[in-house]
Amino acid sequence: MAANPIETAVRTGRLTRALIYAALLVFAVYYLLPLFVMMVNSFKELDEIRGGNMLALPELVTLAPWIKAWNQAQIGVQPTGLAPYFLNSIKMVVPAVVISTLLGALNGYVLTKWRFRGDTLVFALMLFACFIPFQIVLIPMARVLGFLGIAGTTWGLVLVHVVYGLGFTTLFFRNYYAAFPTELVKAAQIDGASFLRIFYRILLPSSGPIIVVTVIWQFTNIWNDFLFGASFSDFDSQPMTVALNNLVSSSTGVKEYNVHFAGAILAAIPTLLVYIVAGRYFVRGLMAGAVKG
Amino acid sequence: MSFLVVNDLEKRFGAVEVLKGIDISVPRGGFLVLVGPSGCGKSTLLNTIAGLETVTAGEILIDGVRVNELHPSKRDIAMVFQSYALYPNMNVAKNMSFGMEMRGVPKAERQQVVARVAAMLQIEDLLHRKPSQLSGGQRQRVAMGRALVRDPKIFLFDEPLSNLDAKLRVEMRTEIQKLHQRLGTTVVYVTHDQIEAMTLATVIAVLKDGVLQQVGSPAEIYNTPANIFVADFMGSPSMNLVPARLDRANGALVVSLKRADGSTTMLPLHEPSAAAEAFIGREVILGLRPESIDDAPVADADGAQRHPLEAHVEVTQPTGADTLAMIRLGGREVVARLRAETGARAGERRRFMVDMSKAVLFDPETEERL
Ligand SMILES: Nc1ncnc2c1ncn2[C@@H]1O[C@H](COP(=O)(O)OP(=O)(O)OP(=O)(O)O)[C@@H](O)[C@H]1O
Ligand SMILES: [Mg+2]
Repeated sequence: MAANPIETAVRTGRLTRALIYAALLVFAVYYLLPLFVMMVNSFKELDEIRGGNMLALPELVTLAPWIKAWNQAQIGVQPTGLAPYFLNSIKMVVPAVVISTLLGALNGYVLTKWRFRGDTLVFALMLFACFIPFQIVLIPMARVLGFLGIAGTTWGLVLVHVVYGLGFTTLFFRNYYAAFPTELVKAAQIDGASFLRIFYRILLPSSGPIIVVTVIWQFTNIWNDFLFGASFSDFDSQPMTVALNNLVSSSTGVKEYNVHFAGAILAAIPTLLVYIVAGRYFVRGLMAGAVKG
Repeated sequence: MSFLVVNDLEKRFGAVEVLKGIDISVPRGGFLVLVGPSGCGKSTLLNTIAGLETVTAGEILIDGVRVNELHPSKRDIAMVFQSYALYPNMNVAKNMSFGMEMRGVPKAERQQVVARVAAMLQIEDLLHRKPSQLSGGQRQRVAMGRALVRDPKIFLFDEPLSNLDAKLRVEMRTEIQKLHQRLGTTVVYVTHDQIEAMTLATVIAVLKDGVLQQVGSPAEIYNTPANIFVADFMGSPSMNLVPARLDRANGALVVSLKRADGSTTMLPLHEPSAAAEAFIGREVILGLRPESIDDAPVADADGAQRHPLEAHVEVTQPTGADTLAMIRLGGREVVARLRAETGARAGERRRFMVDMSKAVLFDPETEERL
């Protein structure tokens, strides 16, 4: 691991530096405060929340709200907790991310290295897909899912997210591959590699940064999606976001804030993990191509 | 018997005509160099031979077989790209063996061939490095190595040396020449460096705007350029082109140059072509290579073809091996290649000898050679 010293373009004085750090600190606190509130209150008894200070640390740490949110809480009519819905989300997100990323990479490959008449038009139309509001596609999409016989299933949701994400993944890969030397593809053609072989032996191995960007983008978008989940799922295919909403809004009687907080954090954990694990590649990927080397 | 034949080839990108009726043939073992200014279609022509571009019209034959419809991998060619096009994710050995792997050559044999070629190019130490860990010259060698593992019918080179510094370029040029002599494989080589073209080629094809200007041996291209463009493009410094008049004097054809002081200088022509007769009394363009003008004392052997004239020296540029002098002739600045130890000084009037045996004449209107 080469630990490059950080290069700064401008030499800053001590005072400026202090100001910069102060500003950064203020922003960090501002953004972390909600997480802090959720975190501390998810470990409190309900009575303590009601009686005490939202910002105070718990007097008595309890895991009960977490356990309840995970597998006991009433979601809709069943006291299943969020666990089965968490699984639903995983079953939806993983294939949707993998498929949309692969298809986006293939599209990018074709649009840059196997150009055909009208390819820019195709790309423009795909770009257009990025700007279509979710709400517009709801009804046509419902028709399509019904026609295909996968309405209300996890695979139906996978299809919806793949179709919706394709515009973005294609955009990412097309721009990345546009900077990929076409001579490499020509050399591979002369070497006798086929269309797909060139893709997975030459292009894909060099696509690490953009794959990371695409996966993070797709994962967070699909995981956090609520509208499609609420519109196209049944009880047995509802994703985490919809279940969380049901937990928070449909519970009768007292509002169990501690359970709600725990549930919300549970729902956010996967995206947090993805950012922590791959975040540094994310920034690197976004910068790739901007500067060579 | 021609080994590579390009027959009336045309290539169009949409409405843009990039190649316009190219006809070239190269014998087996020949070294064809395509030269021309940037954007004239050299790479496009090479790519059509490789099969990386389709042709709009015409045909390409390799070893007597029409290859228009053949996939690049089926044409039995190997190509070295200007950017080298080394696969960035593979090490040097993998880069060299990838093509063999695609063709289903067994692993043991692949390793053997890579080892042999690596030894030939002296890149054995680099086999496990990635392209990003190589210098420009090393990358160039690896790119050559990737072509050499194939033993193809034709090697195609697209400006393989243009990314190297001047010294390395000369070195690699010699190596390519040696390789060609050793392997005897037919080569098509693109460059816009006319020194590379002159030194490497057995056949030179000069292109301009997609039109073939001339095909011939380096000597033919240099001594009898088909038109003013070729005359000007090949040779460094390029051929002097001086407006003049063709006249008949004492029964022989002479070229009359108007001097600044109003007088004329007459230079007799040796072996004028039949076409020249038609231009008697008309304007022509006289083409003289810089080495045809010098200031050495008359040597007896070829004295008959050298003619004296006086001219004003404007500047001198010593290059080490010889000295270039800009002199005034026919209202133009003309370059003369003098001996390094010449006494010529800027500003003086000096006596020069003009060797007319290699002079050429051009029609000022069509710019074709007479
Ligand atoms: N895919 C393409 N579509 C349209 N025009 C093209 C395409 N490829 C090349 N051209 C045009 O064809 C002409 C010849 O290009 P080519 O690359 O063969 O030139 P070149 O002689 O190799 O030049 P250089 O010395 O700069 O490499 C250029 O005018 C170029 O703009
Ligand atoms: Mg070129």
